[in-house]
Amino acid sequence: MVKVFVPRDSTALSLGADRTAKAIQAEADKRGVDIELVRNGSRGLFWLEPLVEVETTEGRVAFAPVKTKDVTGLFDANFTDALSSEAQAHALHLGLTEDLDWMKKQQRLTFARIGVTDPVSLDDYIAHDGYKGLHNALNLSGEEIVQAVTDSGLRGRGGAAFPTGIKWNTVLGAPADQKYIVCNADEGDSGTFSDRMVMEDDPFVLIEGMTIAGLAVGATQGYIYLRSEYPHSLAILNEAISKAYAADYLGDDIQGSGKAFHLEVRRAAGAYVCGEETSLLESLEGKRGLVRFKPPLPAIEGLFGKPTVVNNVISLATVPIILDKGAQYYADYGMGRSRGTLPIQLAGNIKQGGLVELAFGVTLRELLYDYGGGSASGRPIRAVQVGGPLGAYLPESQFDTPVDYESFQKLWAVLGHGGIVAFDDTVDMSKMARYAFEFCTIESCGKCTPCRIGSVRGTEVMDKITSGEDNTKESHAKNIQVLRDLSDTMINGSLCAMGGMTPFPVISALNHFPEDFEPKNKAKVTSE
Amino acid sequence: MSTTLSATDLTKIEAHIAAHIGVPGGLTPLMHAIQDDIGYIPEEIYPQVSKAMALSVAEVHGFVTFYHHFRTHPVGKHVLQICRAESCQAMGSEQLETDIKTKYGVDYHETTKDGELTILPVYCLGNCACSPAVMLDDDVHGRVDMGVIEEIVSEVTNHG
Repeated sequence: MVKVFVPRDSTALSLGADRTAKAIQAEADKRGVDIELVRNGSRGLFWLEPLVEVETTEGRVAFAPVKTKDVTGLFDANFTDALSSEAQAHALHLGLTEDLDWMKKQQRLTFARIGVTDPVSLDDYIAHDGYKGLHNALNLSGEEIVQAVTDSGLRGRGGAAFPTGIKWNTVLGAPADQKYIVCNADEGDSGTFSDRMVMEDDPFVLIEGMTIAGLAVGATQGYIYLRSEYPHSLAILNEAISKAYAADYLGDDIQGSGKAFHLEVRRAAGAYVCGEETSLLESLEGKRGLVRFKPPLPAIEGLFGKPTVVNNVISLATVPIILDKGAQYYADYGMGRSRGTLPIQLAGNIKQGGLVELAFGVTLRELLYDYGGGSASGRPIRAVQVGGPLGAYLPESQFDTPVDYESFQKLWAVLGHGGIVAFDDTVDMSKMARYAFEFCTIESCGKCTPCRIGSVRGTEVMDKITSGEDNTKESHAKNIQVLRDLSDTMINGSLCAMGGMTPFPVISALNHFPEDFEPKNKAKVTSE
Repeated sequence: MSTTLSATDLTKIEAHIAAHIGVPGGLTPLMHAIQDDIGYIPEEIYPQVSKAMALSVAEVHGFVTFYHHFRTHPVGKHVLQICRAESCQAMGSEQLETDIKTKYGVDYHETTKDGELTILPVYCLGNCACSPAVMLDDDVHGRVDMGVIEEIVSEVTNHG
């Protein structure tokens, strides 16, 4: 029997992986070929999905992209004997997956198992080093676990990059009858999908990470706050959680340790601002997702007023490998104060979009061209937005910037959750700036004025700037000044990043692409 | 408030309410349960919800209207969500939005006259490496164009 792998990740499904899997099984049955069809996660080479792999003595051999119409031909070429010369001669044969250029230079730590294992098989997880971190953690005190996370240099991968160990230490030191671990899985940034991949392609690593967090700080209840736009993640997480309970990896007596940790998925309801941690906590409490004042920090008074760790999916999913291989192993990757690796997501107008996990320090240019292969349209890449809708736009002159929190900060940009959205030279950056305000208008929680009103005024000013009305040189200059003043008010007067960072894409677009902010109807510009 | 709710739906809703009394932060899962089951959250049940969850009717209304996902009116049999976020814009989603609206004769939040299809905007489906993306009911589709849209919509509705 030969194992054939067809991914069940959402992106693979969005390109027909279910149909491909069915066709392969049907054709195998018809021909009497004995296969075991495994629905694995995705390796993250999304431009090649559905990417089908066949197990061989040399490793897994990839064929991609496999559509239903290709299935008969693959069987004709005897693809289930993937090392045979006929199989190798097939047009979709790519060779050993691990040897593909895209894969072989990656440093997959958090994503070590992703695309390799069956996401909902606990046996598979354990056979691929799963739960080693937890078993180590069970022999450590809370202080020792927190110390390991601190020493690893791990910083919040949701975007704020706050040191995870310091956050955990605060919760550890806060006396309370109940503490919580909350996983922020409200991955709303355009251009990001690494959280989704973890949840769909390796859910046990998140469960393990949250369990370790619970042991570390003394929390017995965890919640995964999952965005409602991810129905596949919901189903897979729930399946994995029930298996973890059945095998005593969750519950009142984890692996006979006498220690308890319970976990539940809670669905969000389509509010971007609920990715902000205090808004998220309000939402989890069953309220409108209005941002809270800080202090008190959630680590002191979080969910239901109790000390709460709020961490992003990737932060929590990185904890198991730190507890397995040691803090130093993780900290040995990276540059400066950005330790370890970052799962980077290539998106937008990019030829080869997908997931690249690398140590901090790789440059945007390497990512966009060596991995991404340039734009999908074949035109020059004019701008990239890094870090989601609140992240700055970077022009080509900044593509040599290394992926590193501090290097981005110096450019008045953010790395955020590691999503990179590419735009070719047909983009109108004034439209993207206007869209940033529009998005803020739609998604503002409404608590503070600079965000709630400022975003509306922002779209109006953008319309004035580009519409062709009110376009004397003098009034144009005035409108640009209003745009800058408004942005300044939003940055300094908003309670959270929603209003406070919306000006990042706006002002970066204006600074780097001023030509796009010229009045569209030049005939109306007078020189008085 | 209208009173169009059928006795069957009312019974279902009452069961959901009963199941969520005492659940910490239970209002969100309760509202999901109701909407998943009958397709929307009828405003006429706010008094029962508020009583069960120890909230005012105004708080329940405020909660439902805060979240884009919750709706207080029925939608079509099928829902097509079109991603409007940056990554999809970089791949021409703006034109796609216009073409879809023209093709089916509806704007966002509207339903075709035969009640088959509702279109909604969405801000990111997490399928950004294969933009533009849409979600038809619970299925995401990547790298779509009008040809793909027409194909997938015609598979589930009478719209060719």
